[in-house]
Amino acid sequence: MIQLTDIHKSYQVGNKQVEALKGVSLQVEKGQIYGVIGFSGAGKSTLLRTINLLEKPTSGSVIVNGQNMLTLKEKELRQARKKIGIIFQHFNLLSSYNVFDNVAEILRMNRVPKDVIKRKVEDLLGLVGLSDKANAYPSQLSGGQKQRVGIARALATDPEILLCDEATSALDPQTTESILELLLDINRKFNLTIVLITHEMQVIKKICDQVAIMENGVVIEQGSVLDVFSNPQEQTTRNFIKTVFDDQVPQEILSKIKETGPVSKIVRVAFRGDAALDPVLGTLSARFPISTNLLYGSITTIKGTALGILLLHISGEDQAIQDGIRFLRESVYRVDIVSPEEVRS
Amino acid sequence: MERLIEMIPVFGQSLQETVIMVGFSLFIATLIGIPLGILLVITQVNHLFPNKIIYHTLNTIINIVRSLPFIILMVAIIPFTELIVGTSIGIEGAIVPLIVYTSPYISRLMETALHDVDRGVIEAYQAMGASRTQIIFRIMLREARPGIVLCLTIATIGLIGATAMAGAVGAGGLGDLALRYGYQQWDIEVMIITVVILVVLVQLIQSLGNWAARKLKKSA
Repeated sequence: MIQLTDIHKSYQVGNKQVEALKGVSLQVEKGQIYGVIGFSGAGKSTLLRTINLLEKPTSGSVIVNGQNMLTLKEKELRQARKKIGIIFQHFNLLSSYNVFDNVAEILRMNRVPKDVIKRKVEDLLGLVGLSDKANAYPSQLSGGQKQRVGIARALATDPEILLCDEATSALDPQTTESILELLLDINRKFNLTIVLITHEMQVIKKICDQVAIMENGVVIEQGSVLDVFSNPQEQTTRNFIKTVFDDQVPQEILSKIKETGPVSKIVRVAFRGDAALDPVLGTLSARFPISTNLLYGSITTIKGTALGILLLHISGEDQAIQDGIRFLRESVYRVDIVSPEEVRS
Repeated sequence: MERLIEMIPVFGQSLQETVIMVGFSLFIATLIGIPLGILLVITQVNHLFPNKIIYHTLNTIINIVRSLPFIILMVAIIPFTELIVGTSIGIEGAIVPLIVYTSPYISRLMETALHDVDRGVIEAYQAMGASRTQIIFRIMLREARPGIVLCLTIATIGLIGATAMAGAVGAGGLGDLALRYGYQQWDIEVMIITVVILVVLVQLIQSLGNWAARKLKKSA
């Protein structure tokens, strides 16, 4: 649906060349919710804006819906943009129009017949839960309500893609939650592809299927949200995940365990969904001559799928530990050896 | 007092002349100033129609005209005024310099008003596939309405001040009245009444402008 290949973007700031994107590639499939996370200045907003060419990349290719966006003429680009909705952190509503007109204006510009507009806008306001606010002005709405108007407006042209530019960053946690629910809802209802950028891991965790982590203009890690959460590779990724659950083993414990040598290991176990109900740990202790100590345990929901993370301290004979870990690998989603440090190939 | 009552028609006549001069030149100056103001905004770097040449030319011309005090401008452009209306005195003779004086003023104020339109809103409509003309006429001008009203209010008040000086070319109006009776004949009473009329006029216009801008803003 969206294919960005080797996107570079540099700006001229004074007489300095600033590189905002240094060769970013990513691919979003139809119906996916794709999240890009990074600290401010990582280049994620620039990246998002290359999809509808609000930012023109210095080099690279942007293919949306099979169309090479960079070769389009102005008129064709405007046509293509109608299929790509966008919502913003600061909503960007028209202050002099009421809610109805905010949604209707783009349809009027597109010369949609009046009665069609009326029906359409009413439907959209119903969808976002603002039917009773049609005559209110943006200044009379709360942040969450403004973003709902933004969503209704973005959907007015029947887009196939919705871009969310920090859409929940100006909202409180509860409102964020409800806006995310709404996005999930329209994603399912219309099989709408959503690309969102955020600096909040909560947002990724709640609605995204795929995630890319950006730092200094490059994507440092990407994959399914479940995979990235259960086995993050990069420190920045770990830092982001830490904001959702903190499974770092305190240094003192690590060094104590290290002293005991090969007779013990710390293992990070990730399990999904129903596996949470299997008595894996019981079986582990019963079948292998090892002792298992639970250092940390947490369970969280990632887009409706439960993801459990356990840190186990396993001690016993080397062979027994190996067998035990093999058994774990067969029974749960993922097993990673935390300490002693596993050599990664 | 009796003398003042006798003079009521004179005041009326002067007020009428002021209103005609202000009204007419405001109308034409707005027709010139608003498009120039739009041009001044959209030709800037990173705006809808970036064009350095148009922007800098316009910017310089506006600055030059704006740096001249009205009385000097009026004299300086006498040949131009004669070319346009055939005379450089009377109401016609005053209206041309009034327009030349006010148009750049309005375009500068327009520039500010249009700049206040949130960049993000313009971007939002670009992203939705609106054309640049649609963005100018349906988004920017509409969103800037409160600012535009205030800009025209300020321009009107500025014009009233300038018309007073137009008395110097025999254009009449309240300023001329104050000049002839108040200054040349040292008639304090006429002077005071003229001042009062001017103050009330300016107050009325400013209040009207504020009210209209508030109405348009629709902010709760």
